[in-house]
Amino acid sequence: MSPSVRLQEMIRVIRGARTQGEERGVIQRECAAIRAQFRQADNGTRSHNLAKLLYVHMLGYPAHFGQMECVRLIASPRYNEKRVGYLGAMMLLDEKQDASLLITNSIKNDLSHSSQYVQSLALCTLGCMGSAEMCRDLAPEIDRLLRASNSYIKKKAALCAVHIVRKVPELGELFTPAARSLLSEKNHGVLHGAVVLITELCERNPDTLEQFRKVVPELVQIMKGLVMSGYSPEHNVAGISDPFLQVRILRLLRILGRNNDTASDAMNDLLAQVATNTDSSKTAGSAVLYETVLTVMDIKSESGLRVLAVNILGRFLLNNDRNIRYISMTSLQKIVQTDHNAVQRHRGTIVDCLKDQDASVKRRALELSLALVSAVNIRSLMKELLLFLSSCPPELRAHTTSGIFNAAERYAPSQRWHIDTILHVLTTAGGDVRDETVPNLIQLITTATELHCYTVHKLYRALITDISVQSLVQVACWCIGEYGDLLLRGECEETEPVQVAEDDVLDALEMVLQSHMSSPATRGFALTATMKLSTRITHNVDRIRSIVSIYGSCIDVELQQRAVEYNALFKKYDHMRAAVLERMPVIDKSSPGHTNGESAGGTMKEMEPTKLTQEVVLPQEPANKVCDLLDLLGGSAEPLQPSPALSTTPLGPVSSTAGGDLLDLLGGLDVTPVPPSVIVYEKNGVTLKLQTDRQTDTGMTVTLTATNSTDGDITSITLQAAVPKSVQLQMKAPSGDVIPAHGLGQVTQTVLLNNPNKVSLKMRVRVCYTSQGSVCQDTVQIDSFPSPAW
Amino acid sequence: MIKAILIFNNHGKPRLIRFYEYFAEDLQQQIIRETFHLVSKRDDNVCNFLEGGSLIGGSDYKLIYRHYATLYFVFCVDSSESELGILDLIQVFVETLDKCFENVCELDLIFHMDKVHFILQEVVMGGMVLETNMNEIVGQVELQNRMEKSEGGFSAAPARAVSAVKNMNLPEMPRNINIGDINIKVPSLSPF
Repeated sequence: MSPSVRLQEMIRVIRGARTQGEERGVIQRECAAIRAQFRQADNGTRSHNLAKLLYVHMLGYPAHFGQMECVRLIASPRYNEKRVGYLGAMMLLDEKQDASLLITNSIKNDLSHSSQYVQSLALCTLGCMGSAEMCRDLAPEIDRLLRASNSYIKKKAALCAVHIVRKVPELGELFTPAARSLLSEKNHGVLHGAVVLITELCERNPDTLEQFRKVVPELVQIMKGLVMSGYSPEHNVAGISDPFLQVRILRLLRILGRNNDTASDAMNDLLAQVATNTDSSKTAGSAVLYETVLTVMDIKSESGLRVLAVNILGRFLLNNDRNIRYISMTSLQKIVQTDHNAVQRHRGTIVDCLKDQDASVKRRALELSLALVSAVNIRSLMKELLLFLSSCPPELRAHTTSGIFNAAERYAPSQRWHIDTILHVLTTAGGDVRDETVPNLIQLITTATELHCYTVHKLYRALITDISVQSLVQVACWCIGEYGDLLLRGECEETEPVQVAEDDVLDALEMVLQSHMSSPATRGFALTATMKLSTRITHNVDRIRSIVSIYGSCIDVELQQRAVEYNALFKKYDHMRAAVLERMPVIDKSSPGHTNGESAGGTMKEMEPTKLTQEVVLPQEPANKVCDLLDLLGGSAEPLQPSPALSTTPLGPVSSTAGGDLLDLLGGLDVTPVPPSVIVYEKNGVTLKLQTDRQTDTGMTVTLTATNSTDGDITSITLQAAVPKSVQLQMKAPSGDVIPAHGLGQVTQTVLLNNPNKVSLKMRVRVCYTSQGSVCQDTVQIDSFPSPAW
Repeated sequence: MIKAILIFNNHGKPRLIRFYEYFAEDLQQQIIRETFHLVSKRDDNVCNFLEGGSLIGGSDYKLIYRHYATLYFVFCVDSSESELGILDLIQVFVETLDKCFENVCELDLIFHMDKVHFILQEVVMGGMVLETNMNEIVGQVELQNRMEKSEGGFSAAPARAVSAVKNMNLPEMPRNINIGDINIKVPSLSPF
C-alpha cells in the first residue's frame, strides 16, 4: 500500500482529539514513535514515517529530527521513498541547514537517472531550495538537460535554470544559448519556461537584453499564432488560447521594447491586434488586455496605440467587477508619473472608488488620488480626501494623513486653507499623524503672521471641546501661550468674535495639566503656555504663580524641572521675565540635511581639479565620453519618455549636443560658496538652474528652475530626467509650461531621488521648449551635484 | 514569483502549506495565522486581492485568494506575477484536484496531503508557474502514481491483488437460468 494508509490512520487519530492538549499529547506520542523508528535500521516503513512527520510539521510542531531521514530516503533506490524524501527536503531543509549539502550528490546522480520522474524530482528540489554552491556544481547538468531531453524535463530544467540564475547571476551566460534555442519548441510548457528564463536573464544583464532584442520578431510570431489560432481544446481557458503564455510573452516584449525604437516598432502591430481582438468578458481575456496595456505604455509605442491603451484602462475602471477595477487602478498607478494628464481624466471615477466598500479598492484609490493631486484640483480633491479620512479603515489612516500633509504642503492655495486643513486632520485622526506634524504645524503658524488671531481662536475652541488628541492639544497649548493676548482681546476679522475671559483660558490649560489623558509631553506644553501667559494677561498672575509652584513638587522630573525654573523666574529674575517670555521669532524651516554654504564651497573646490582633468580629457576622447553617456542612458532604470509633440531624435545629433553641452556645463559651473544652486544649462536665453536639498540619508530633492531672458515667451517647456540604474527617480508635476520673457517669471520642477546603494549620482536632463516659433531640444549631463558626496 | 501557497479552512486550520522562500517554523505558523485573519474578514463580494500582510514580505507582496465552500486558497505573490493570471491559476489547480480526486472535498485534502503536494509540484515549481494545461498535469500525476504502485514491493501486494481482481475478465453471468421449465432468477451481484 502507499504510505498514505498509515498516514491516514494517524490523521484520523489526531482529528479525533477533542482539545488542543489532547492533540498535543497524541502528536508527541507519534513523534516519539517516529524518532525511535528513524534510529532503527532500514525497514519498509521509513517513507510512511516521514509522511507523518510532514503532516505534523504542517500543523506547526517541530520536525527537525526528520532532516537526516530525508537525506537517507533521497539516496534510496525506490521511487516511493525518493518521492517522499525529496518532498521532505523541500519542506524541512534549506540552505542554512548543513544536511542540505549532503543531498547534492544524490541530486547529481538523480539528474542522470534513467527514469524521467526521478530526474524531475531532482530538478524540482534543486529549483526550490538549491543553495549557491549546489547551483554552481550542477549548472552544467541543467544546461545539458535543457538541450537534450523530452519536453517534460525541458520545462522543469528551464525553471530550475531560473532559480540558478537568481542565486548565482554569473551563470546566466551559460544558459543564454540554450534559452535562445528553446524558443523554437512547440510544447507550450517548454515555451513558457523558456520565456520565464529569458525574462530573468534580460532583467539581470543588459548585454543579454541587447542580444535578445533580436528574437522580438520570433516572439511576435508566436503571439500571433496564439491570438489568431482557432479553438484549441488543450490550451483554452475561457475562450483565450493559453492566456498564461500570452501574458508572459507580453511581459518579455515589454522588457525588450523599453527604450528601443526598432524593437518597439516590431511589436506595434501585434499589440494593436491583441488589444482589439481579445475578448475581455472573462478574467483570462482581461489579464491579457491588462498586460498589453502595460506593455504599450512602457515601450516607445505610437500615440494612437497609447490612446487606445488608456481608453482600455478607462473602460476597465468602469467595469462592475471589483477585480477588474482593482487591476485598472494598479496599472493607472504605474503610468501616473509618465502620463499624468491621461490619468487625470479619470479622476472622478477614482475619487468615487474611495467610497467603495472593499478595503483593497479603497487602498488603491487612495494611492492614486494622492498621486493625482495637483495645484489645479487641490481644493476639491482635498475635500474628498478629508471625507475619506473620517470613514477610512484604521490601517489606512496613517498613510492618508501623511499623504494629505504632503499634498497640502506642496499645493496649498493659501496659508489659511493650509492651517484649516491640518486642523481638520488633527481633529479627525490626530492619533495617527506623524511625530513631526506638531513642530511643522507650529512653524507654519508662526509664518502666517496675519492669521495668528484666527488660529488661536480656532485652536482654543477645539481645545475646550476635546483634549484627548495629543498632537492637537500640544499645538493648541503652544498657540494659546504665544498668542494669548490676541485671544483675550476678543475681536478677530476672520471668525466670529467670542468673549474669552482670562479665567476660562487658565481653566482650559489647567484641565490639560491635570487630565490623565495628557501625555507628559503635552503637560510640558501646557505648563510652558501657562507661564508665557503671565506676561500676556493682566489680572490673574497670582493664579499662574500658584499653578507653577504646585508643579515644583511634581513626580514627573521634566515637569518638576520646568516648574522650579519658572518659579525662579518669578522670584529672583522677575525683571527678566518679560524679556524671556516675549513672542518667539519666526522659526526657519531648516531640515538636518540642508547643506550650508561652506561645505558646498568645500566640495566645489575639491571637484575643481577633477573637472579640469575632465576638460583636458574631453577634447582628446570625445567618442569615449559619449559612449559612456550612451551607456548611462542604456543603463538607467527610468526611461526618457518622448514628449508627444516631438518625434524621437536620431542618435547622431543627440551625441554631439551632449558633448557640446558638457563643455558648456563645465564652463558654466559657479564655484562660489553660496546656497547650492547651479546653472546647468544656458542656451538661447533659457537658463536652467539646479538646486539640491538632502532630505534623508539616501533621498534627495532636486529642484530645476528655468528662466528666460529673451524678448519672447518660452512656451511648452518640458523637462525629463534619467538617472543610473540603482537610483530611483520620481518627477513631480511642473509648476507650469510657459516662462514669461525678460526674466519676469520662472518654471520649477521638483525631482525626488532615492539612492539606496549610494552610487555616484549622475543625472541627464532633457529640456524641450518652443522659442520664437521654433522647437528646441537639448540634453544636459549633470555629473556632479552641489552637495556633500554620498 | 509566488512566495507561498496556503490552503486553510474556514476556521484557520492549515490543509496545505508550501513556502518557496525560507521562513523559520514559528514564523510560518504566524504567517498562516495572520493570513487567515486578513482573509476571513473579507466579504464575499469584494475583490480577490489583498494587501497589507506585514510578515510575509513588505510592500511588494499581495495576497490573491479564492474561497471555495469551506476552503481558502491563498497565493502570496509579488509584482512580477499577473494578478488575474494567478486567479486563473488557482482555478486550474482546483480543477486539477477535482479531476485527480474525483469530486474533491476538504477531507480528500486532509487525508491525502502528500498527494496534493505532488500534484502541486506539477503546477508550480520553485515559486514559478510550471504547467497550466490541466490534462498534461493530470496525465503526469497518473503516470507517477502508477510508477509508485508498480514498485510497491511487499507492502503493495494487497493493492496488487485488488487491482488484479478488478481487471479480471469474468464472463457475463446470465440473468435467468432456464433449464427445461425451471426458471431460476439469478440475484445480481454488485461488481468489485
